[in-house]
Amino acid sequence: MADIVLQAEGVTRDFEVSRPLLQRMLSGEARRTLRAVDDVSFSIEKGTTLSLVGESGCGKSTIARLAVGLYRPSSGEIRFEGQPLSAARAQAALRRRMNMIFQDPYASLNPRWRVRDIVAEPIRAFGLLSSAKDIADRVGQLLTQVGLAAADGEKYPHEFSGGQRQRISIARALSSEPDFLVCDEPTSALDVSVQAQILNLMRDLQQQFGLTYLFISHNLAVVRHMSDRLGVMYLGRIVELGAGETLFRAARHPYMRLLLEAIPDLAMVGRTRTPVGGEVPSPIAPPPGCTFHPRCPLANERCRVEKPLHAVVDGVAVACHAVAEGRA
Amino acid sequence: MGGLARFLDSDFLYSFKRSPVALISAIVLAICVGAAVLAPILAPYNPFDLASLSLMDSFHPPAFESEGDASHLIGTDDQGRDMLSAIMYGTRISIFVGLLAIGFALTVGITVGLVAGYMGGAVDAVLMRIADVQLTFPAILIALLVDGILRAALPREFHSKMEIWVLIFAIGIARWPQFARTVRGSTLVERGREYVMAAQVIGLSSRRIMISHILPNVLGPVLVIATLNLGLAILDEATLSFLGVGLAPTEPSLGTLIRIGNNFLFSGEWWITIFPGLTLAAMVLSINLLGDWLRDALNPRLR
Repeated sequence: MADIVLQAEGVTRDFEVSRPLLQRMLSGEARRTLRAVDDVSFSIEKGTTLSLVGESGCGKSTIARLAVGLYRPSSGEIRFEGQPLSAARAQAALRRRMNMIFQDPYASLNPRWRVRDIVAEPIRAFGLLSSAKDIADRVGQLLTQVGLAAADGEKYPHEFSGGQRQRISIARALSSEPDFLVCDEPTSALDVSVQAQILNLMRDLQQQFGLTYLFISHNLAVVRHMSDRLGVMYLGRIVELGAGETLFRAARHPYMRLLLEAIPDLAMVGRTRTPVGGEVPSPIAPPPGCTFHPRCPLANERCRVEKPLHAVVDGVAVACHAVAEGRA
Repeated sequence: MGGLARFLDSDFLYSFKRSPVALISAIVLAICVGAAVLAPILAPYNPFDLASLSLMDSFHPPAFESEGDASHLIGTDDQGRDMLSAIMYGTRISIFVGLLAIGFALTVGITVGLVAGYMGGAVDAVLMRIADVQLTFPAILIALLVDGILRAALPREFHSKMEIWVLIFAIGIARWPQFARTVRGSTLVERGREYVMAAQVIGLSSRRIMISHILPNVLGPVLVIATLNLGLAILDEATLSFLGVGLAPTEPSLGTLIRIGNNFLFSGEWWITIFPGLTLAAMVLSINLLGDWLRDALNPRLR
C-alpha cells in the first residue's frame, strides 16, 4: 500500500452557536452547538487527489481547515505522515510540508503587501533562504512557474484579475515546498474559462512535484477533472467515498445519484427529471436517523430512526440503508 | 512611478484641491503650526524670560486701539508679557501636549484593540468592558481624575518638571477607548479574511500576524479619528489649564492664557483672553474640518 499522507479517523467538529452568556442566563436557554463535521474518516495517498464534494454548509470547508490544523477536531484524530496533526504542526520541518489554497482570491492576499512579499512570506517564515537575492530569485521562479512574470512581484494584489490572483495564491502555497496542499474551492470564485486554466495548472504542478491534494469543491465537473478518489458529503457526513470514476459511473448513494441526475446532458434533451425536493436541513437540529431521509426517494421507517453506517462494496464505502438492503 | 509622482497624481490630492474648506483649514493650520514651531525665531519677545518682563509694560492695549503701542501688536497681559509672543509659545505647548497625548492614546488604543479583536473570547470581553465603562464618563472627567491622582502621588519637588507629562498622560488615558473600539471592530473583520488564515497555516505567531498583517489594514479609519481627536485633545488641555489643573502661568499654554485673561475680561482688558481664545478656536476648527475632509476623502463610497 502506498504512503498515506493524511488520515482522518472519526473526526467530528462542533461549533458553539449559543447566544451570549448574559442573554442565555436571562432567558434560561441551554448551550447550542452545531455539528459541522460528523464522524468523518478518510485517508489520502501520496501523490493523489481526494476530492470532497457537497452543497453549501455541508462541512467541506471545515474539513479543509481541520486538515491544516486551523481548527482542532472535537473528537477523532487526524494524522499527518503518521503523526498526530498537532504534533506535526509543532515541528517547522513538517508544518512546512503542508499549505493551503483559498477560495476567495480577493480576500486571500493581503492588499497592503507587494506580491513578492506575499509569495516570499513562507520562505522567510521557515528560513528556507536567507539572502535577499536568493529570495528574490526564488520568488521570480515561482511566479514564472504559475504563469506570471517575475516582474509582477513588484505590483500589489489589486492590480491583478481573479485568475491571476489565484496564481499568486498558488505560488505562495508552493513557496514553502510542500508535499500536501489543501485546496478549499480554489476555482469557485473564478470565471469558467479561467477555472480550467487554474485546474490544469494545479494538475501540472501535481505531476511535476508529486503533490498530494485535498480538493474541496461543490462543482461536480471540476471534481471529476481533478480527483483520484471522491467523497460525497451531506450535512457533515461523508455518505459515499470511493474511486472518482467509479462514483461517476455507478454511484450507489441516492444523494450522489440525484446530484448526477441534475447535471444537464445534451444527449438527454426532453427527458423528464426528478428534481431533488426540499432544502438541506439545519445542522443545528439535524433530522434523526439518516440525515438525508427527508429528501430521499428511497427512505423508509428504518432510515428515519437508525443512522446508517458505512458498508464497503467494491472499494466504495456507502452509508445508506437502502443500498445495504438492496432496495436501491 | 516614484512615490512623490504617484502622490501628485492621486485622487487624494485632487479631492484636496477641489475642497475650499480643506484648503483654507490647511492654510490656517499651517500658519498656527508654523508660528508655534518657529516661535523662538519669529516671536518678538521671549515670554518665558522673567527677567525681561516689566510691570510697567502691563495691560498695554493692542496697537490698533487709541492707547496702543506699536511694539506690542496685540497688547500685553497683567505681567507685561507681549501677547503675540505668549500666544505663539502657548500654541507651541498646546500642540505639543495634544500630539503627544493622542500619540499615547493611539498606542494604547491600537494595542488593546488589536489584542481584543484578534484574541476574542474572555480577553476581548474584559478589555472592551473596561473601555465601555470608561466611555460612559466624559473624557475631561477622566483626565481630571487621573491628573488629580498623579499630582497627589508624585512628590512635590517633581511637580513643576513633571506637570506637562502628567497632563499628556491624563489626556491620553482619557482618549484611548475610542481608538480601541474602532481598531477592534476592523480587526474582527480582517481576522476572518483568508490572508490571515494563510499566515496561520504557515504557523506565524499571533503577534506577527497582528503587527504585519492586520495592523496595516486597520490603520486607515483610526488615523482619521486621531485627527479629529487631536483637536479635542488640544481642547482638553485648554480646559484643564483653564480650570487651573494644567500648566502653570510661568509657562502658559493657550488654556492658561485664556484663564489669566478671563480675570480681566470685565475690567476692560478684553485682548488678554480674546486673542488666545480666537487662536484656539481657529486651530481646533481647522483640525476638525481637515479631519472631516480626510474621512470623506478616504471613504471611496462617498466620492
